[in-house]
Amino acid sequence: MSAAQTAREEILARIRAALPAERDATPPTAPRSYQRTGSLDREQCLHLLRDRLLDYGAEVIEVDGEAALSGAISAALIKVGERRFIVASEFPAAWLPSDFDVVIDRNLPIAAIEGIPAVITTSEAAVASSGTLLLVHQGAQGRRVLTLLPDHHICIVDTARVFELLPEALAALDAVKSKPLTTIAGPSATSDIEMTRILGVHGPRRLTIILYGD
Amino acid sequence: MSIRVGKTAKAPEFPVAAKCALQNEQLRKNVHHATDVIRNKRALRVAEMPDWEHLRQSAHEIKEQTLAHLDRYLIEFERNCTAAGGTVHWARDADEANAIAISLIQQYGGDEVIKVKTMTSDEVQMNPALHAAGITPHETDLADMIVQLGDDEPSHIVVPALHRNRFEIRDIFRKKMHRAELTEQPEELAAAARRYLRDRFLRVKIGVSGANFAIAETGSVCVVESEGNGRMCVTLPEVLITLVGIEKMIPSFQDLEVFLQLLPRSATGERMNPYNSLWTGVHAGDGPRAFHVILLDNGRTKLLQSKMERETLDCIRCGACLNACPVYRETGGHAYGSIYSGPIGAILSPQLNSMQHSRSLPYASSLCGACYEVCPVKINIPEILIHLRGRVVQDDQKTLSGNLSQMNLAMQGAAIAFGSRRRYEAAQRLGRMGQTLFQRGDQLRHLPGMAGGWTRFRDLRALPKQSFRDWWKANSRETGL
Repeated sequence: MSAAQTAREEILARIRAALPAERDATPPTAPRSYQRTGSLDREQCLHLLRDRLLDYGAEVIEVDGEAALSGAISAALIKVGERRFIVASEFPAAWLPSDFDVVIDRNLPIAAIEGIPAVITTSEAAVASSGTLLLVHQGAQGRRVLTLLPDHHICIVDTARVFELLPEALAALDAVKSKPLTTIAGPSATSDIEMTRILGVHGPRRLTIILYGD
Repeated sequence: MSIRVGKTAKAPEFPVAAKCALQNEQLRKNVHHATDVIRNKRALRVAEMPDWEHLRQSAHEIKEQTLAHLDRYLIEFERNCTAAGGTVHWARDADEANAIAISLIQQYGGDEVIKVKTMTSDEVQMNPALHAAGITPHETDLADMIVQLGDDEPSHIVVPALHRNRFEIRDIFRKKMHRAELTEQPEELAAAARRYLRDRFLRVKIGVSGANFAIAETGSVCVVESEGNGRMCVTLPEVLITLVGIEKMIPSFQDLEVFLQLLPRSATGERMNPYNSLWTGVHAGDGPRAFHVILLDNGRTKLLQSKMERETLDCIRCGACLNACPVYRETGGHAYGSIYSGPIGAILSPQLNSMQHSRSLPYASSLCGACYEVCPVKINIPEILIHLRGRVVQDDQKTLSGNLSQMNLAMQGAAIAFGSRRRYEAAQRLGRMGQTLFQRGDQLRHLPGMAGGWTRFRDLRALPKQSFRDWWKANSRETGL
């Protein structure tokens, strides 16, 4: 028996010695009497999401359908004078605006991603009540480093994937719950200096959300 | 066995340290300001949640059930994390956890690590252990960096540099980053931290993190943060080592829906903190190529036996009880002599330490109950404080000097006096006679011994000439009742 096994057995033995010998084989399920389904209609829900995101200091652009996406992306980039951006290789080509320097991520080394000013990704879901975006880093959502190093994250959200409450959104993620999950609520921030929220530390200092859908 | 809670063993007792802290006007001003800001924000964000009490109740019961079946959930976590490509290590105490971390770092050929805020690593004193092994730890959380660069100790479990204001932070950064031009603008200080750490994030090959939650069902680990330094540390390095207290287990992915609503609102007064990272073992083509979890006991299993003490392990380290505590707000965190300060520290530190250290902490409270009211997982801190005071007394009574102490004699005397009506009335008479020596008007002044601690700072009314019972006896006779 290795030393590591000994520690494991000992800790488990301590736990078993401390807890009552007769315990239910299956732990009872905890009550969940909190709100698990939202009460807002679609329009109110999207309105709430926009409000919450703006409150965090994020920018929100709303467009009608997929066809308007490339125009919205282009506008978001031009507004801050960025010409270069990175996307995952699965990013739909039809959404890419022309006249920009596009870097496609094909397992680029970290050093090649550092210095690219902007990244454009999709998202898995969004939560209106807390203004939270959920990424599971598959397909056009890109691997984790992509949305971390560039200073401007432009995130495309399908309005069909906007949920009012966190429990609804996490339930929708059940099939992908073993993938890496990042939740994003506004630009990088800190409250470490006198508990006052300041935007912009290590993660992207600018966050733009493009909401699209019918 | 070496159970360690920071430098608790060497710290002075709370009453001594508190007296010192109270004389530091700047510290008190900083702590007042910061805790005021955060309390107001929290209140606002909690008030907008119609189901807050339901969430608290669920969180409490989820934690209780997890701890009641902790062996089962740890094994389930281990199985799922391992299946996803992670390696699980077990550490009985602080030294074993540090030894595992150091041996892993050496095995991967590293001589420096980037760290995302982990109180548990402060608990086991990982940084000094790494230094001693020739490994340089870089703290990356802004507050942790302020503490590390200032050769300081954390004073709050969420905002370790809460005791520093912007001017002090500017001075630390100017000196340690060699940036004489820095001003005290918070935005500028945050940008300085970004610049200072950027190349470390990109260069250092090994990351060390803690965990806010470990999910048994999936074997996933969750880190809650704001700045993006956490994402950097769990994504960019080739190797990731995560130190997890065994009480951080939650049964299912779904349980996150409870804790991720409670934690940010309680900790920083935000509807959601900027970033949460969740990962499961090793993800091909995304993030570290090797992932190691160290499951840490360090005294936690001792708290499992008693249902009341076990509740201490429900804590999700939001810090709301610190911000609400009238004692913490005056003394700050350092006076507690433990990295776990405030009300939760006052119950956690002595129990992890088997009551060998931090014995004065259960008394560092007015028992006002504000901590219980704000606790998102409904830990009945005042009740546990009283229980621990009882343990301290019982321990003291085992020794002769403890038995003969003023407090013990006074309490034993009180127990006898309160035991019967006759003895109680006799004690009242005795008190009325004795107090004339100290009575000035209707107040008692300068009482001797232990009681002098009260009269030095507070009013104490003298016992009235006639007790209510005497008055009742006299008057009921007159009226014939």
